[in-house]
Amino acid sequence: MFVLVAVLTGIRPASAQLEIDITQGVAAGIPIAVVPFEYRGSEPPPHEVSDVVESDLKRSGRFEAIAHENFLSRPHDHDDVVFKDWRLIKAEALVVGRVIRMETDLYRVEFRLFDVFKERQLGGFRYEVTGSELRKIAHQIADFVYEALIGEPGAFDTRIAYVTLQVEDGERTYLLRVADSDGYGPRTILKSKEPILSPAWSPDGEKLGYVSFEEGRSMVYVQRLQDASRQQVAAFKGINSAPAWSPDGRTLAFTSSRDGNPEIYLLEVASGSVTRLTRHHGIDTEAAWSPDGRHLVFTSDRSGRPQIYRIRRDGTGVERLTFEGRYNARASYDPNGERLTLVTNQGSGFRIGVYYLESQGLQVLTDETSLDESPTFAPNGAMILYATQKDGRGVLAAVSSDGRVKQTLRFQKGDVREPAWSPYNQKL
Amino acid sequence: MLKRNQFVLAAVFSLVLAGCGGDKGIKGEEGEGGGDGVTASGLSDGSGTSGSMLDADMEELLGTNKVYFEFDSAAVDQPSRRVIEAHSQFLIENSDVNVVLEGHTDERGTREYNLALGERRANAVAEIMVAYGVAPGRIQTVSYGEERPAELGSDESAWQMNRRVVILR
Repeated sequence: MFVLVAVLTGIRPASAQLEIDITQGVAAGIPIAVVPFEYRGSEPPPHEVSDVVESDLKRSGRFEAIAHENFLSRPHDHDDVVFKDWRLIKAEALVVGRVIRMETDLYRVEFRLFDVFKERQLGGFRYEVTGSELRKIAHQIADFVYEALIGEPGAFDTRIAYVTLQVEDGERTYLLRVADSDGYGPRTILKSKEPILSPAWSPDGEKLGYVSFEEGRSMVYVQRLQDASRQQVAAFKGINSAPAWSPDGRTLAFTSSRDGNPEIYLLEVASGSVTRLTRHHGIDTEAAWSPDGRHLVFTSDRSGRPQIYRIRRDGTGVERLTFEGRYNARASYDPNGERLTLVTNQGSGFRIGVYYLESQGLQVLTDETSLDESPTFAPNGAMILYATQKDGRGVLAAVSSDGRVKQTLRFQKGDVREPAWSPYNQKL
Repeated sequence: MLKRNQFVLAAVFSLVLAGCGGDKGIKGEEGEGGGDGVTASGLSDGSGTSGSMLDADMEELLGTNKVYFEFDSAAVDQPSRRVIEAHSQFLIENSDVNVVLEGHTDERGTREYNLALGERRANAVAEIMVAYGVAPGRIQTVSYGEERPAELGSDESAWQMNRRVVILR
């Protein structure tokens, strides 16, 4: 079979290929005013920092950005702020700042966050960055604002990996892509005529594990993002799939049917040694690690239908977790290890749910579509990104882990599926 | 699209098969989901046996190369079993021919679980072939899970056509 697989690096289209519609927000988001940052420089900056900050905050569903035309003043620094101007338009928080072009491709970014009612500065920073780092700094500013006002870390300075299927003239092309968490700057890291699925971030955010059919059947690969170097790590007889990194990045769990039927195996990345974790004649697949690395959850149909089970890392102590619903699958932990997100079918379609490990309660979060799958927590646990179908097309959507905020992410073309939210990026 | 690719593959394979001196030029063809392009030509003139019921049955059964399944199931029903046994008989009579069994699922449920389910379906067909007497070494299985639907669309009629094992000689 002729297969074309191209490993790509460094192709970066200029514009965002993703639009995000907030279909449902928190009724009482925090009213915030983001004043367009002052710019000092001859040529326009490559990115408008304050625009990125404002759209991040809006996208979270937790803020209500006040329209700029209502602003009574446009401060850029501490001394310019007249708090009364902001109380009058009912802003609770205020972001001001400026960008100064220091020299070719060097910018100074300053910003301050104020509590309008307490008339107090909650924080302020100054960074010096290159033009290409301006968006990253904007996401970090948004993360700071989010944490200062919500009380939990933000997850804007992160990335998403996903798979796009494009069909042109009957030719199928699968693209594995990585973009910023707001969909900006998608980079294709693998292109193939054969299916690609299950991207999995290494905990350091430097590698992706994934399943590719480029050799005619499913095999697991690991690819380094920086230099696009990659390695086939599981190519046993039968299926090879569902890669999942341990929190320390040393072990890759995966599914293989090399011993006859799908079981979960653990690959020690450094030595290449493989040990078998599960032992059952049913299907065992979709392993995911607990944040402390002591347990894995997985999908098994050993009871007759797919349900979620938990097992210790040493292969002992298998227990069934889910009993509600006829189909529960593809579970993964939140960063605190208290909840799982999963695909659940309670009789009316495939939906995204959250399972609370302590109370053993299952909450269904989505209800508009019936082919929801591949849920993935943001590294702060606040949002869950997942794949679904709208109007016969694969799209990504996000829901807050309490179900209150919902968004649809619209891509310009193609069928989009298999999202995976990255760990936190390295800070500048 | 996909169908065309598989069609081409199957067609190429038939040519190879014909070129290999198989006196029964039976084309295992992956056709459109519903009406299988039945091209079991040459059976009657090639084999030269009398037109017994068995041959007629064989011809009809070999004319289809797909068997279908219920949701989340790898159970093979009786009509499907007869199709599989006819292909097994063909394999026994044609020892130079090997078979690839492609397991597929519909789009419902998770992709990874479906990958496993597709394999289970392919294995279920393989087991029937082995029980019939086909050497295991001549059977190769591959699961595509839900990744290669025969029919697009999100309704029961499309799902039904997609929950399948394709027998490729």
